[in-house]
Amino acid sequence: MKTVAEFRIQHHQVLDPEGSLVSDLPGFAKDPEELVKMYRLMVLTRTFDTKAINLQRTGKLGTYASCLGHEAAHIGVGAAMRPEDCFAPMYREYGAQFWRGVRMQDVLLYWGGDERGNDFAGPVHDFPWCVPIATQCLHAAGAALAYQLRGEPRCAVTVIGDGGTSQGDFYEAMNLAGARQLPLVLVVVNNKWAISVPIALQTCCETLAQKAVAGGIEGVQVDGNDVIAVRQVMEEALERARSGGGPTLVEAVTYRLSDHTTADDASRYRPKEEVEEAWKTEPLIRIERYLKNAGIWDDAKEQALRAECAADVEAAVREYTETGVQPIEAMFDYLYAELPEALEEQRATALKFAGSGGHH
Amino acid sequence: MARVTLIEAVTMALAWELDHDDRVVVLGEDVGVNGGVFRATAGLQARFGADRVMDTPLAESMIAGMSIGMAAQGMRPVAEIQFMGFIYPTVDQMLNHAGRLRHRTRGRLHVPMVLRAPFGGGIHAPEHHSESTEALFAHMPGVRVVIPSSPGRAYGLLLAAIRDPDPVVFLEPKRIYRLQKQEVEDDGKALPLDTCYILREGDDVTLVTWGAMIFETLRAADELSKEGIRAEVIDLATISPIDMDTILESVEKTGRLVIVHEAARSCGVGAEVAAGVAEKGVWDLQAPIVRVTGYDTVMPLFRLEYEFLPSVARIVAGVKQTFED
Repeated sequence: MKTVAEFRIQHHQVLDPEGSLVSDLPGFAKDPEELVKMYRLMVLTRTFDTKAINLQRTGKLGTYASCLGHEAAHIGVGAAMRPEDCFAPMYREYGAQFWRGVRMQDVLLYWGGDERGNDFAGPVHDFPWCVPIATQCLHAAGAALAYQLRGEPRCAVTVIGDGGTSQGDFYEAMNLAGARQLPLVLVVVNNKWAISVPIALQTCCETLAQKAVAGGIEGVQVDGNDVIAVRQVMEEALERARSGGGPTLVEAVTYRLSDHTTADDASRYRPKEEVEEAWKTEPLIRIERYLKNAGIWDDAKEQALRAECAADVEAAVREYTETGVQPIEAMFDYLYAELPEALEEQRATALKFAGSGGHH
Repeated sequence: MARVTLIEAVTMALAWELDHDDRVVVLGEDVGVNGGVFRATAGLQARFGADRVMDTPLAESMIAGMSIGMAAQGMRPVAEIQFMGFIYPTVDQMLNHAGRLRHRTRGRLHVPMVLRAPFGGGIHAPEHHSESTEALFAHMPGVRVVIPSSPGRAYGLLLAAIRDPDPVVFLEPKRIYRLQKQEVEDDGKALPLDTCYILREGDDVTLVTWGAMIFETLRAADELSKEGIRAEVIDLATISPIDMDTILESVEKTGRLVIVHEAARSCGVGAEVAAGVAEKGVWDLQAPIVRVTGYDTVMPLFRLEYEFLPSVARIVAGVKQTFED
């Protein structure tokens, strides 16, 4: 027998967990301001995340999906994209969305039970949060096809988790993107856990990047706790996609330091030692160390940043808590372009019995 | 004016819209060079090119999901699912996304897509090729379900479906794809959605039906007329949302309602029509409502399919039941 196809998956890292350079800095990382901007958003995102969990615990927010530990992966993705590109997230990529202009109060509104959170600030063409796992991969593929057909130099980017790679829609999107060489970047944020199911029960593949082989597309693995490496790999993938070079699957390896959501208790299924070990390689430490070693950052700046982030989060929370409930008719008025006559009576009933339902 | 079959009217409507709206893209399995397994897209790729009429990989969830993505980014995809038996992987995408995106984003994004599929029994097809499961889609908020029953309505309703700013599941009764030819003007004129079409007027009983069952129902009306029973025949056409006003007005006049559909009876669209009349027209009724439908069984393989589908005799018997004391 002879070999008719082979594959090779490369792993990319710029900063090791200690914050030391292990490969050359990409162009954007030579600009200290750009690095500080990325770091600032990582700290803001973590501050926000902590606050959102507290809001849920005190009954001021519904179930919330934490992004703790994913800051580098998410902000690396967001920072590599252009505003005209289209983002189709799952439901915890706040860092990427903040970079694109989504506001913290938008996120809070969504998890606080208000559709207006999905009418977020930021690019109007971006897709809203997507709960049914991996279904959004196809929306991103469709968006990429629309841009390709219209000859627009735009890309679509979608993010799923490790569990999402078991879904058919993920394969179908990747396969379509390969067949049509769509300007699409599929990002798998491999945080090792799909609620309580570890990666070893999802797949026997050594990497999730190699799933790209099935779609005949580029696959690359990146240290998902290294914001510089993630952005670099994403920029390269987007450049390739934008110039007609086809889609890429990017696996960003990280760790879910939090529970799956606030409705979950990971201590029931996950060894404490594993989580403690993961904290040693989490994404904020290394970039902070690097910035300090490079003379870009110091303790005073760090303190100022923490205070600034706390204030920003408080302001967003205030705006969220001061946002009134939508009018009753909002259940009906965005369902179709024009409400069908058949629904007018139900709308009238809802208005008539406004406020008569159970407690909120 | 051309004399065309129902499926030729579908092709005509697709061609008109491809010709007049750059955003329209036809996509699906075998819709390109092959022109579709039923020939609904015959000649379209040659005329409009492979970027406007595109063959996709063989994956139905993908067809629905990519259409949602395209529609949300300004295109007007008209996707074909080869047979309704293969439509079920799209349910996730249609229910969770197509019908919800406008609502979820407060109108920031919307999904002007059409999901076409041939449906129904009666053509001696293999297993999984003959079901009528329109009720599954009728239960989805934000999604319209439209079923034409003549070449003229196929043309006008499909144009309306493509131009509609919201998702439409457009189900084509394949048993009557080539049953009759009709004069259809290829003038790009759409017919209204969300309204019933009265096909035959009568004072004694209202027959509500849709799709291929229009033909058995009209024949039953002919037979009944020989016995002096004048039946009004209404084509529901838009299965969701239902135009109850037209039906209630008819029942007010006739006092009797018989609903005919191919689909299994329980939780079928007929149940919704019956409930609507029970809620608002019960005092007009002179007899209990009768449903003549497919059975709550698995659709049999084709040797028995005409035992499953409502026959003219069953419809006539159903109507007569409403005249019993």
